Amino acid sequence: MKFGVVVFPGSNCDADTYYALRDVLGQPVEYIWHQEDHLHGVDCVILPGGFSYGDYLRCGAIARFSPVMRAVEAFALEGGLVLGICNGFQILCEAHLLPGALVRNEGLRFVCKHVWIRVENATTPFTHLCRAGEVLRIPIAHGEGRYVCDRETLQELQANGQILFRYCDGTGALTRESNPNGSVANIAGIANERFNVLGMMPHPERACEAILGSEDGLKILQSLVHSALAVAR
Amino acid sequence: MPRVRVLVTLKPTLLDAQGRTVQEALHALGYHNVHQVRIGKVIEMDIADEGQPVEAQVKEMCDRLLANPVTELYEIEVLG
Repeated sequence: MKFGVVVFPGSNCDADTYYALRDVLGQPVEYIWHQEDHLHGVDCVILPGGFSYGDYLRCGAIARFSPVMRAVEAFALEGGLVLGICNGFQILCEAHLLPGALVRNEGLRFVCKHVWIRVENATTPFTHLCRAGEVLRIPIAHGEGRYVCDRETLQELQANGQILFRYCDGTGALTRESNPNGSVANIAGIANERFNVLGMMPHPERACEAILGSEDGLKILQSLVHSALAVAR
Repeated sequence: MPRVRVLVTLKPTLLDAQGRTVQEALHALGYHNVHQVRIGKVIEMDIADEGQPVEAQVKEMCDRLLANPVTELYEIEVLG
């Protein structure tokens, strides 16, 4: 069982993600170049953060047509585990593997800081080592992370439990002040209906060692490791 | 070779954070009668005539790549 980290031109969190999986968690992991059309037989694909194709046109709009994305789409449709972090989340929305879109932050600023997110659904492959309602401290770093979708989509996301993370304060309260980008319903991360694809703006790979200020990201990556192991069996 | 201009704008229901900020800057410059500033994109291209209707082809490009139907609207203008 192994992880694949896709590398697009302009990805810049690929090495951090690789490090978190290989060095911190001791898992086999490979880079997958965006021009490749197969996924090296991995059990979980991660689309890392960064600025693929310079964020030209719209964030993720060009990357979505990379050769590797055809393989990622087929993998996701077969039930394979896919995690998109930050720019990866934007790419998954552009590829229609997740509903909605990510647009310019409400305050226009690029926001780079630790935030609190509340685990809304702890029964998924990405969150089963968390408790429902648990508050995690994980950094964000984005200029275009304001999640938007139409009202029907939001109702479906809520009804199906597809909202996995919401921005909150340190006590877990969903306040306007704790929403760093103006996302609808304080959304920080959503899954697809099958719960095998997750997109999230916060960076779990940047919260994997105490020296980085938080180890809470490990709960998400470790959940994935156990899920991928279960799939591999 | 027809030249085509595509105008991509944010849906009116969406807050245009850029437009709002530019509007505030215009107000700061004294243009207090300015309201509803919205910022979009202009994409221009030449398209070689290969027998198919240019407008239909550009519409397909907009739906697939040039605009995001979740957040944006587009208008196509064939400049001739």
